[in-house]
Amino acid sequence: MKTKLKFKIIFLFVVLLVTIFTAILLGAVDIPLTDIMLKENRPILILRLSRILLGALAGSGLAVSGIALQAILRNPLAEPYLLGTSSGAGLGAIIAIIGGVSTLLLPLAAFIGALLSVVVVYNLAKQGNKVPVQSLILSGVIVSITLSSIIMFLISFSGSEVLHGAIWWLWGSLQVFNFKLLFIVGVIVILGVILITILAQDLNAISIGEEEAIHLGIKIETVKKWLFFLTSLISAALVCICGIIGFVGLIVPHAMRLFVGPNHKILIPSTCLAAAIFMILADIISRSVFAPIEIPIGVVTALIGSPIFIILLKSRQRV
Amino acid sequence: MENLLTVSNLSGGYYNQRVIKDISLNINRGDFLGIIGPNGSGKSTLLKLLTRVLPPQSGMIDLEGRDIFSLKLKDFCRRVAFVPQDTLIGFAFSVWEIVLMGRIPHLGRLQLEGRKDYQIAENALLLTDSFHLKEKNIDELSAGERQRVIIAKALTQEPILLFLDEPTAHLDIAHQIQILDLLKRLNRKNRLTIVMVLHDLNLASEYCDRLLLLSQGEVFRQGRVEEVLEYQSLEQVYKTLVVVKKNPITNNPFVFVVPQEKEIINRTARDKDNKRR
Repeated sequence: MKTKLKFKIIFLFVVLLVTIFTAILLGAVDIPLTDIMLKENRPILILRLSRILLGALAGSGLAVSGIALQAILRNPLAEPYLLGTSSGAGLGAIIAIIGGVSTLLLPLAAFIGALLSVVVVYNLAKQGNKVPVQSLILSGVIVSITLSSIIMFLISFSGSEVLHGAIWWLWGSLQVFNFKLLFIVGVIVILGVILITILAQDLNAISIGEEEAIHLGIKIETVKKWLFFLTSLISAALVCICGIIGFVGLIVPHAMRLFVGPNHKILIPSTCLAAAIFMILADIISRSVFAPIEIPIGVVTALIGSPIFIILLKSRQRV
Repeated sequence: MENLLTVSNLSGGYYNQRVIKDISLNINRGDFLGIIGPNGSGKSTLLKLLTRVLPPQSGMIDLEGRDIFSLKLKDFCRRVAFVPQDTLIGFAFSVWEIVLMGRIPHLGRLQLEGRKDYQIAENALLLTDSFHLKEKNIDELSAGERQRVIIAKALTQEPILLFLDEPTAHLDIAHQIQILDLLKRLNRKNRLTIVMVLHDLNLASEYCDRLLLLSQGEVFRQGRVEEVLEYQSLEQVYKTLVVVKKNPITNNPFVFVVPQEKEIINRTARDKDNKRR
């Protein structure tokens, strides 16, 4: 069984390398393999590499956040935006677009919006010094709906260029417009994923039940707080550089649980690989199928994601 | 006998509610103690207080002479394990992965299980007759198999004290006996101290050495089985007519229930029957 797992992880590695290679070669401009290293093609190479990097970061960050929240809530349908980061960031971004602030401040506005909405959701759900998961889900839904309707309210009052900018935010893009920002987000996401991986054992225990975890010596309230903090930070950081990308945090963990099993020590690293593959593939489709027009990546992940999800769901029912 | 767990004047419950009121008890090393009482009498709450799931409102719990709250949670869980009534696990962990989780209190956060941990887990599976289930998924097991695996997980913690909350509630009589025989064996051969909540008074009578009868959060009676399973106390606590006789083979008390509609006719018969014993 152990060797089978090793093979599966090696398989994922190989697929990731092939995908990265394809992503370097494919794009709006056709460049033969022999010319990609040439000096005049350097900007295109850097552009494509930066998209690959952001895709890998966004994929693993969102998928690992999804895993953590799914384990805490013992619900495979939890997703990284559960605590309201997506609508909070969306509102922050749209207020910034309407206010006409520079593109540099836009991500900051989104980040602040995301964190503020997490703080609101968390405090609404808190009872004493405990955070019951049911009330967390409820307050997350309520805050998200409220913020989304404020977003639509603002959009309905503004012109078409705001609408266009807003749509880009709400459906996501892997276009890197600022390398410094990419670096900062990269550090946050990588650190966050590493810290969640350190908590893999606690996640295993919590996913069989909160009381069971206490009986195994896990301080669940502390661990839960850490995980809420880390997942919020990761999704807030990502949403401010690439907008809202749905479905990755839901579907990749689900598929990987079927592929390598629910043990988080193995699930987290293999999900990072798979989510990177998924996002890079989605980005290839988003920028090359209707080139030079780019489809928002959230549209692609949802369109690829939902059929896969249905197939997984159906095949699982048959077992 | 050596004292293992001392509970003095313990009170506790949820939020401001007091479910357990001023309970004191002693558990000796090697004990097999049964906790009985009607629904809502505080049996499960007492176990939650004793296993640090609920913080007590007042009182002390000492394990081997030390306040359990002065121990690190992981240190505590290396000594004390818990088996719930039924465990529903939403994720498809294998039996082996579940049992290995019993090593969590013994491992550092980034430490992987070593050969010794595997040996302990295998041993626990062998003790509970579930070694052949090792590679199966936990959600493929029957209720009885699953309960044996959960007990194996608890044994993998290498506890000196094992708490169980109605471990046989969803099982048929054959599986009930199988689980309780297993616990008895662990108690006798491995000197494991066992504290178990049981609903079935007759199973409690057959398997426990001592009983604690709870009523409305207080200890109504505690002592040897035949001291606690007396019809006067049972009728008072459960508000039900009963006849207590003896199991013809083991000679332990056996509790018969009497349907209410026949109460008037049977009250005299019961008095006669209870006296005859």
